[in-house]
Amino acid sequence: MSTSIKHAPLPWRRILTIAPPFVWLVLFLLVPFLLVLKISFADLQFGVPPYTALAEFKDEALSLVLNLRGYALLFTDSLYIATYLESVRMAVITTIFCVLIGYPMAYYIARSEPSVRNVLLIGVILPFWTSLLLRVYAWIGILRNDGIMNNLLMGLGLIDQPLEIYRTDLAVHIGLIYAYLPFFILPLYANLVKLDVRLLEAAYDLGARPWRAFFSVTLPLSMPGVLAGAMLVFIPSVGEFVIPEMLGGADTLMIGRVMWTEFFNNSDWPMAAAVTCVMVLLLLIPLVFFQYSQVRQLDARGGRRNG
Amino acid sequence: MSEIRPGAPWSGSADDFVRIDDVVKIFGDVVAVKSVSLNVGRGEIFALLGSSGCGKSTLLRMLAGFEEPTSGRIFLDNEDISSLPPYKRPVNMMFQSYALFPHMTVEANVAFGLKQEGVPRNEIHTRVYEALDLVQMGAYARRKPSQLSGGQQQRVALARSLVKRPKLLLLDEPMSALDKQIRQNTQIELVKILDKVGVTCIMVTHDQEEAMTMANRMAVMSEGRIIQCGTPQEVYDFPNSRFVAGFVGSTNLFTGTITVDEPDHVQIECDQLSRPLYVDHGVSEPLGMEVHVSIRPERIRVHREQPEGDVNWGHGVVSHMAWMGSYARYQIRLDSGKLVEASVSRLAMAQNDAPAVDEEVYIDWSDDSATVLPS
Amino acid sequence: MGKPSTRLRALVLGFGYAFLYFPILLLMVLSFNDSAMMTTWTGFSLRWYHELFNDRALLEAARLSLIIAACTATAAVVVGTWAGYVLARMGRFKGFALFVALVSAPLVIPEVVLGISLLLMIVELSDLFGWEAQNGAFTIWVGHVILSMAYVSVIIQSRVRDLDRSLEEAALDLGASPITVFFQIVLPLIAPALASAWLLAFTLSLDDVVVASFLTGPGYTTLPLEVFSRVRLGLKPEINALATLFMVMVAVLVVVANRIQNRKG
Repeated sequence: MSTSIKHAPLPWRRILTIAPPFVWLVLFLLVPFLLVLKISFADLQFGVPPYTALAEFKDEALSLVLNLRGYALLFTDSLYIATYLESVRMAVITTIFCVLIGYPMAYYIARSEPSVRNVLLIGVILPFWTSLLLRVYAWIGILRNDGIMNNLLMGLGLIDQPLEIYRTDLAVHIGLIYAYLPFFILPLYANLVKLDVRLLEAAYDLGARPWRAFFSVTLPLSMPGVLAGAMLVFIPSVGEFVIPEMLGGADTLMIGRVMWTEFFNNSDWPMAAAVTCVMVLLLLIPLVFFQYSQVRQLDARGGRRNG
Repeated sequence: MSEIRPGAPWSGSADDFVRIDDVVKIFGDVVAVKSVSLNVGRGEIFALLGSSGCGKSTLLRMLAGFEEPTSGRIFLDNEDISSLPPYKRPVNMMFQSYALFPHMTVEANVAFGLKQEGVPRNEIHTRVYEALDLVQMGAYARRKPSQLSGGQQQRVALARSLVKRPKLLLLDEPMSALDKQIRQNTQIELVKILDKVGVTCIMVTHDQEEAMTMANRMAVMSEGRIIQCGTPQEVYDFPNSRFVAGFVGSTNLFTGTITVDEPDHVQIECDQLSRPLYVDHGVSEPLGMEVHVSIRPERIRVHREQPEGDVNWGHGVVSHMAWMGSYARYQIRLDSGKLVEASVSRLAMAQNDAPAVDEEVYIDWSDDSATVLPS
Repeated sequence: MGKPSTRLRALVLGFGYAFLYFPILLLMVLSFNDSAMMTTWTGFSLRWYHELFNDRALLEAARLSLIIAACTATAAVVVGTWAGYVLARMGRFKGFALFVALVSAPLVIPEVVLGISLLLMIVELSDLFGWEAQNGAFTIWVGHVILSMAYVSVIIQSRVRDLDRSLEEAALDLGASPITVFFQIVLPLIAPALASAWLLAFTLSLDDVVVASFLTGPGYTTLPLEVFSRVRLGLKPEINALATLFMVMVAVLVVVANRIQNRKG
């Protein structure tokens, strides 16, 4: 007799509204990814497509061949393993610095007067919308041995030899932090700006000093924003291609580049697919965490009207 | 339409123009509405009174079509509307927040409903301005809602919900968004308009004064049920429970045992009073039964001298007293320790003659003042 | 008490914005540098702008990118708004978690993953149906729509959530069917968000390297692909001119979008 609002019987109108985008997403995101999974078990072959089919129906027998060559290589070859670890390491460092630089920025922007706040926000959004490619390209000019930074430092007499930053891991770090900083600031700002200032006032009223109030009130309440921003930085960083390619050295190991090389240079689609699948596997926990927090956030903000 | 004065007892037949039949609404584990049955007559203004969470809003939303009853049926003019979506019902609602479309002018707002019906353009124009004139907002037709005051928005919202000539009009806390000052006049104005149009109206409110001013009949709701239903004065004078007695107006409650049970009077012995309570009518409860008695503060008189007779009076000390403009509000601690509230009008007691705090006083009340409550 | 320390604030924001804008400003300044050398300033000149406008290949790529971007933005807004509305108004339906996961996946998934997935799907489909898979503008467009749709959904979903539900209910109460409510009440009220979302999808498409690389075909080069391949070969100062024009255009768009959003409130 009882009707739960959670899974109320769906009349046709509701289904017609929910189904099209759902089907679209399944068709264009889920299915393609499952294909990647499938191809990762295929074998390399010449021709179109450059991989074998998994299932073959021959002599009234259906044979399913799962080629594990790629995966075997990934899990045994120390270079691949090192690359994965290196990618995660770089992503972690990037995330940490984005938090360290981005949190104070987001905080001060959120606590500014509304008119100033708007301008400051545009100030963060503008780089975000401007071509990443071109901005990273600018860093090449800054970090090169004969680039702006070195010339400046040498001109000031601080160093005699140019600092070798371009084409090293350090350059990639700088590039990643630079590129992903707005990705951290914006969701955190959205969270901080909704923070009820009266909570802080209550804390002060009860005798807390500013730093204490920050750590007891602001920081805990901003955690969802911090985590959301951190995921938005960490997860894509692991698989970044453009920045390591443009700023990194030949020995900068990042899994995005490896996958690219397998695919474009070696035309080894199955291998590239395997690399991709392991990448997603690595990211599964943060991904699930991110999705879970999204669902939580969406659910919390919705809520029923009270009768 | 015959003369209907606001608050007058409903003289029309209690026909079931609106019939709510055993309606239940369950959300997950919460039973918001527990088997409510109600009839509202054609042209009647009916109020659902209760505090938040009592189920009145859920009931209203079911009438509007935004929720479907878990069980039970709703009939309007003999038509079962329980499963009809809101856009197919001859019901219109005036929302608590007015919900005027911010991107449309006042005129477009009012015309919106008629457009959905496919009414021809010139007729729309006539009816829109008719409705706006009814609420005296004709001059503001070209304005946007953001340019109107709260009271003006309310009138436009009313016009918008009346222009379609619905069979049933629903009002969701109509006065809650207005300042207290203008509420009373607005209430009377609103009732005049509704009577003029002759539309059947069900309103929801937590303000008992609003219900009593505007409604012909009302129902007091609590925890999903209707506790009592009747005209405002009936409910006030003859509450059927402690809850209603305390909710509609304030009251003093005593608990005692019936010691004399006669067809035309009863007497109740009570620990909280030194003298017995005498009620000048018979009750259905038997001798020896424990009952609750309600006496309204305005029925209690305050004196310095002991009253005559040996029933219906008490003795105590004034614990608090405040002049509320037209009357004095007393809080008196009786000898038994019980606190009693009394409202004494200025007519009955001159300002410089009023007993002050810490003075000894006597309270008494007439034989017809006390109401025995069934629960 | 309670106002953040102004000195600390100035320090943090100053450093932060300097970090964000230094490369951009550098490019803008250098675009007017007569010298091809980044490190020496030989005089104010517009020669790189001249070279830019004479660069046929680059201009062609730009034209293609703009067309794809406009088509992407339009399609992404349609699909993304639909998805965003479902997220905001349809409550918790069966498969809600999966829906959320799919909608927000492109926001976080590394682009190489998205690129290879979509390419494989196109290849398998053409294998299945026996088409001759000629990748090009169309396939790039598909990939970009999938990519930007996520961003559109997030923006629209957030905006619809903030919309007063009683407005939609009032419209229903007055006799409008749910579809009419969507087109006559919801859409007009979220219009500024739609415009912002369109612009965001536009810029995302205009800037994409990775997905386009996977999905492009012979004869089709987008602007970012062209720039990317040139940068690998060596720095060309006309890129500075391109960057400057780009940034000015984006700056104007962002400010305009912001004005619209604030005006409608």
